[in-house]
Amino acid sequence: MSAELDALYQEIILDHYKNPHHAGLRDPFEAEVHHVNPTCGDEVTLRVHLEDGVVRDVSYDAVGCSISQASTSVMTDLVIGKPVEEAMTVHEVFLTLMQGKGAVEPDEEVLEDGIAFAGVAKFPARVKCALPGWMAWKDATGQSMTTTAQGGDDD
Amino acid sequence: MEGLLADLEVVRKDFPILGRTTADGLPLVYLDSANTSQKPQVVIDAMVDHLERHNANVARAMHLLGAEATEAFEGGRDKVAAFIGAPERDEVVFTKNASEALNLVAQTLAFEGPHRVGPGDVVVTTEMEHHSNIVPWQMLTQRTGADLRWFTFDEAGQLDLSQVDELITERTKVVTFTWVSNMLGTVNPVAELTRRAHEVGAIVVVDASQAAPQLPIDLAAMPVEERPDVVVFTGHKVVGPTGIGVLWGRRSLLEELPPFLGGGEMIETVTMERSTYAGLPHKFEAGTPPIVEAVGLGAAVDYLAGLGMEAVHAHEQAITAYALEGLATVPGLRVLGPLDATQRGGAISFELAGVHPHDVAQVLDVRGIAVRAGHHCARPAHAKFGVQSSTRMSSYVYTTPGEIDALVEALHYTRDYFKVG
Repeated sequence: MSAELDALYQEIILDHYKNPHHAGLRDPFEAEVHHVNPTCGDEVTLRVHLEDGVVRDVSYDAVGCSISQASTSVMTDLVIGKPVEEAMTVHEVFLTLMQGKGAVEPDEEVLEDGIAFAGVAKFPARVKCALPGWMAWKDATGQSMTTTAQGGDDD
Repeated sequence: MEGLLADLEVVRKDFPILGRTTADGLPLVYLDSANTSQKPQVVIDAMVDHLERHNANVARAMHLLGAEATEAFEGGRDKVAAFIGAPERDEVVFTKNASEALNLVAQTLAFEGPHRVGPGDVVVTTEMEHHSNIVPWQMLTQRTGADLRWFTFDEAGQLDLSQVDELITERTKVVTFTWVSNMLGTVNPVAELTRRAHEVGAIVVVDASQAAPQLPIDLAAMPVEERPDVVVFTGHKVVGPTGIGVLWGRRSLLEELPPFLGGGEMIETVTMERSTYAGLPHKFEAGTPPIVEAVGLGAAVDYLAGLGMEAVHAHEQAITAYALEGLATVPGLRVLGPLDATQRGGAISFELAGVHPHDVAQVLDVRGIAVRAGHHCARPAHAKFGVQSSTRMSSYVYTTPGEIDALVEALHYTRDYFKVG
C-alpha cells in the first residue's frame, strides 16, 4: 500500500514540494501568464525572462498539490540557463514521459530530477497535475519571443 | 450509536457495489455520496426488467409495449410526486439533471411572458451555491439587463440574513438558494426566505439536490406562503440513475412560463407557421424522455420511502455527528461549515494543514477510501474561506461508524506520510 504511494510520491517530489526552487514572482520579465486547472481549481501565475535566446529566469506564484508544485519547481531547474530551443526539447521529453502511461523509460541525462515523475505517469488522474507549470512556461515563452522580436524591430 | 438505521447491515446488502474490493483486496469505503449515491439492487433490477420486458417509446406507441412503457414512465412520476409530497403529480417535470431544471427556469424567464425578467429587475442567489445555481442566473441577468445580487455567509457557514431587506425588495423578481449546501452542509431557512420573497411577489427557486436525499420533504404540507415555487433535484443522488432530474413547479407558474425546448410531445398541434403547446407536464418535456431512468428513479424513491425519510435523516445526523467528532481529533484539520450536526447536512468539507486536498484524496484512495477533492463546483464559497479547494467526505444510508473510523485513521496516516506537524 505504501509502496504504491511511494512510487507516486518519490522523495525528490516531496523535497521540491516542501522547498520549491525559483518560487516567487520577479522582474524583469517579458511575459506573464495565468493558467487554471478548472477541475481542481489549481492556479499558476508565471513569468519568463529571455535574453539573447536564452531562458534567463522563470518565476512563479502557484497554488496546487504536491505533484503540480514539485513539477513546476523541477521545470525551472531544467529550463533556466538553457537556450529556448533546447529547453523546448526538454519540455517535449517530459511530455512524452508523462503521456507514456508508465511505459517510457526516463532519460536522467535530459530530465535530471524530472525522472521522479515517471511514477506519476502510472496514475492517469494525476498526469494533468504534473503539466500546468510546463504549459504555462511554454505559453509565456512563446509570448516573450513575440515581445522580444517586436522589441527588436523597434531598434 | 443512537439514530443509526436499525437494519444497517441489511441495508448495506441492498447495495451490491459495497461488496467489491480494491485491487489490493481492501474493502471499499465510499464517502462520496454527495457527488453521486450508490444504487440498490431494486433500482438496478427495475431498470433491467423494464429494458428486458417493457421497452418501447412512451405516449406515442399504440401497442402493448407502448402502453406498458407509458404506464411505467408515468408511474415513476407518481412515485416522485409522492416522495416530495407534490400538491399535484402533473407539476413534476422530468429533466436531464438538476442543472437542466435550473436552466429551464432561468432561461424561460428571459422569454416573453408575465414573469419576464428585464432591465432594473433583481435576481438574488447566494454565495454558497453550486455553480449550477449561479451560472444560469448570471446568464439570465446578463441577457436581460437585470441585476444579480447575492447573500453572503459568515465564518460559521450561515447565510447573512441581515441582508434580507436590502436584497429582497419590490424590484426582486427571483430568489434562489440551495436547501442544503453541497460544500458547507449548511441547511438554509427555506420557510423564512420564501415568506420574505413572496411578500414582494418574487418567484422562489430552491435547489434541493442535497436536501432531497437526506430530508423528508412534504411540499403539500407547507403553508402556501412558505412553499417555494420551484424545487429541483437530481435522480442520481437519491440512489437513482444518472440522466434524470426533477423539476417540481407550482402549476400556475409552470402554466405561465413559456416552453423551454421545442420538439416532439411538447405540442398540441403544429402547422408550418406556428404551434400550440401541450399541457403540464409534457409542455416541458420535448423529445423522448429518460424512460428507463424514470422507472429507476421511481424504484429509488420508493426504496428511500421504505426506509423512511425520518429514519434516513436520523442516520445521516448520527453519522455526521460521529464524523465531526472524529475529524476533530486530527491535528491541523479545519472543517469548513457548521460544526453542529443537528444544523447541517452530511457533506463535510475540510482542510488539512500542509497537505493539498488532491494529495489527501490520493492517500485515502490507496487505502480504499473514496472522497472528493477540489472545489466541489462551489468556487465562490471556497474563495470565502481563502482556499482554492478542500477535501469532502459525504455519507449516506449505507455508511457505518466503522467507515468513519477508517477515514479518521487514514487522515492521521496522511499527516504522517507527508511529515506534517
